[in-house]
Amino acid sequence: MSNINRRNFFSLLGAASTGLALSQTMPAQTATTMAGAAPRIDSNDDKIKKMIAASREKLRERFFPNVELTTHEGKKVRFYDDLIKDKIITLNFMYATCDGICPTITRNLAKVQQMFGDMVGRELFMYSITLKPTLDTPEVLYKHAQEMNVKPGWLFLTGKPEDIELIRRKQGFVDPDPELDKDKTNHIGNVRFGNEPMQTWAACPGLGKPELIVESLLWMDSGFKAKYLAQKEKMRTMEPARQQDHHQHDQKQMPESTAPGIRKGGRK
Amino acid sequence: MGEKHSKRTLKEIANATKNRRELIAARLSRRELIKMGLVAGTGMLLPIKGLSARWADPNHRIPLHQSVSPPLVPFQEPLNTAMNGGMPIKAKETPNPNPSLAPVSFNPNPPTIAPNTAAGEGRTRNHQYPFDFANTDFYKISQQAGFVNFHPDLDPQYIWGFDGIAPGPTIVAQYGRRILMRNSNNLPGGPPPGGFGLNSVTSHLHNGHTPSESDGHPCDFYGTGQFYDHHYPNVLAGFASTHAPNGDPNETLGTLWFHDHRLDFTSQNVYKGLAAFYILFGPQDTGNENTGFHLPTFPDYDVPLMLADRLIDPDTGQLFFDFSSFDGILGDKFLVNGKVQPFFDVKARRYRFRILNSGPSRFYNLFLTNPNNLNQQIPFYIISSDGNLLPNPLLKTSVVISVAERNDIIIDFKALKDMGISTLYLENRMEQDDGRGPDDDDPLPAGQGNYLLKFNIGETVTDNSVNPATNPSFYALPTITGPTAVPRITRNFRFERKNGMWAVNGKFVGVCSDPPRFKVQKNSVEKWIIQNNSGGWEHPIHIHFEEFRMLKRNGVAIPNNSFEFGRKDVARLGRNQTIELFFRFRDFEGKYPIHCHNVVHEDHAMMVLWEIDQNGDNKTQP
Repeated sequence: MSNINRRNFFSLLGAASTGLALSQTMPAQTATTMAGAAPRIDSNDDKIKKMIAASREKLRERFFPNVELTTHEGKKVRFYDDLIKDKIITLNFMYATCDGICPTITRNLAKVQQMFGDMVGRELFMYSITLKPTLDTPEVLYKHAQEMNVKPGWLFLTGKPEDIELIRRKQGFVDPDPELDKDKTNHIGNVRFGNEPMQTWAACPGLGKPELIVESLLWMDSGFKAKYLAQKEKMRTMEPARQQDHHQHDQKQMPESTAPGIRKGGRK
Repeated sequence: MGEKHSKRTLKEIANATKNRRELIAARLSRRELIKMGLVAGTGMLLPIKGLSARWADPNHRIPLHQSVSPPLVPFQEPLNTAMNGGMPIKAKETPNPNPSLAPVSFNPNPPTIAPNTAAGEGRTRNHQYPFDFANTDFYKISQQAGFVNFHPDLDPQYIWGFDGIAPGPTIVAQYGRRILMRNSNNLPGGPPPGGFGLNSVTSHLHNGHTPSESDGHPCDFYGTGQFYDHHYPNVLAGFASTHAPNGDPNETLGTLWFHDHRLDFTSQNVYKGLAAFYILFGPQDTGNENTGFHLPTFPDYDVPLMLADRLIDPDTGQLFFDFSSFDGILGDKFLVNGKVQPFFDVKARRYRFRILNSGPSRFYNLFLTNPNNLNQQIPFYIISSDGNLLPNPLLKTSVVISVAERNDIIIDFKALKDMGISTLYLENRMEQDDGRGPDDDDPLPAGQGNYLLKFNIGETVTDNSVNPATNPSFYALPTITGPTAVPRITRNFRFERKNGMWAVNGKFVGVCSDPPRFKVQKNSVEKWIIQNNSGGWEHPIHIHFEEFRMLKRNGVAIPNNSFEFGRKDVARLGRNQTIELFFRFRDFEGKYPIHCHNVVHEDHAMMVLWEIDQNGDNKTQP
């Protein structure tokens, strides 16, 4: 590695006229300067493929325990194998009798479900896990889902308390103050969203705008985004037929009836 | 250089780490351990060998699959600098023979005032500042994947960096010369190796007086295959308002950096490596110790230091990012300029170090430690606060740097050599056990913190730099009293936790298509009162575009022997604190954010998007 002296350095910084002197005293690419970028990494390289597989496995092990849960429809499922693997998901925690933040969050998620339409349950999977599994049996959750006018493809989940606690802790839905953390009425209202095969994970406030969840999900996968846009177009053309249905939906779930579709390129 | 360690020693270190981990599992703080004498025996080895930090478990999570970085022997490799090529200075594109044209290398898409969408530019707004190619330096930078070496005992680390390196190449700018930086997103598609990072980016020039469209706004992100022309005027604030036409020399900036600012993914993308220095010289702060303020010459004796803490997954051997944390994340490996605990062979003379805390969530309390005399108080001079030189140097023995803050310091190694010191450590004595903020500012005892960097003091050489002990004057501070300093409006911001997320005045960041939360009138003065009612966490608050003066902290005026007395762009908002900031918003219009720079808080909604326009609004509680 060749060091350069001060004169050389300033000639480098200076006007073009000193460029000649520079080229005479230094090789074209010195240790101190960098003209171009390093060679690109080939994503198909075996080493890179191995790294991608390793980090996917690490994420599974670290954040998604494969515990058994039961859906509001009474079906037994494994958290990682059946709910997370190969899927784009949203995940939040709630309980049926919650009269604090849960109804707002559930309404926001209902808007997300509405915006994605038929994609929910096929391209996008939505999960709400109860914080009170002993009270929230599948039957209670089924009734709750009915009351919240939840459409197919969005699962409410219960299970063994220790298994749910494990998921909750691994997902970080924990208040750092242990006393506050025990108080389920003041629970964490975050929505985890992510794309398992793309290894992309983030979270947003469930009390925030549903559009943020939608837009964030779209950014994680261009194919998914294309499907969403096609879906939106389909919904738009079917609008007259669906008007009645939407109207009822809005009245029941969204008294403010704002629910705007996201604008094209709206985040720019 | 470098110390060889036998397998036995390494095993001892590993055992000590294990023991320590068990002690920590009992939730004892490091200070308690020291008090109990438990760190004495094998544990005493830890700070020296650089293993004393750990991965905090802020949520008291069940300790399954706990990721603790593999043990590493410190001081194995030299510090990356411009001089040894580890932190290269970005070279300009060869100018066009016709100076009114962009370099030939920009063909067939020379920069345009309107976004060149057809050519794949991600910009959405016109450049406000006019082009003058004859007075412009052109750069092309590529955001791409790469491998870098943190430490000889670690596998090469997969990163995303500017030009594929981390830290990225340093941009050296001059007042009076514009920069046009074509910033291309060449990040790969598909799953990101490592399991974090989003290949959608926006690069923020942190503390530039930069028009909105080139600021790197969190919503100005663009995808793989696109580019973005950032036009940096490198002008002094006030050039089109209070101090036309040349701006206020007292608003001169020096140590800037640029880093990814992608909405919701900033923490992941910066953790993955998207950060670099941007050094700005001018007629006084020249980079040459024989001219102007006579500060040590760049890059020989003027050395940027980018601090970062990271976790290495012991299974994959690669960077690990804990996306499940909402409080903030801490690493147990300390990197300076991309190396774990490097050494730096310095000459016996004065050096200027530009220290940047690049995050994600850790605060530092930096001391110089003489390993042969831990009780020795070793002085240095703080000459700047964030990007801004102070009116005069401050003689200190420590400096606290919260996330994204910068301090330039001057260390006189000749004076230290004369005191008989040959080896010295830059030591972090801040105790911080989780991402919410440091436990307190009461420093750990010398030698019980984390050694970040080892200095080996060598031969005495010529030093024409100014001696800070002579109390040289740099820039005066902008006036905050009198008729030109009356705020048009006082706004209040409450930074707070809300159901597990982070809010400002009870609201979350929202979406990019939202209207701005408030509007500042261009060329007006404002006072902002920022409040943290919590005793649980701290927030380093960053406001884009204009430097502020901090007027008060908890009602008390900032003393002039504190670096917070100077101009700043990051304000540390401590527990149960209220701070008052004074601004002049000048010269440009457009959108900017105010946000917490604990990037985990930032990504979890602790941001307000606002705008400068002709009229402003009167929202006192935006």
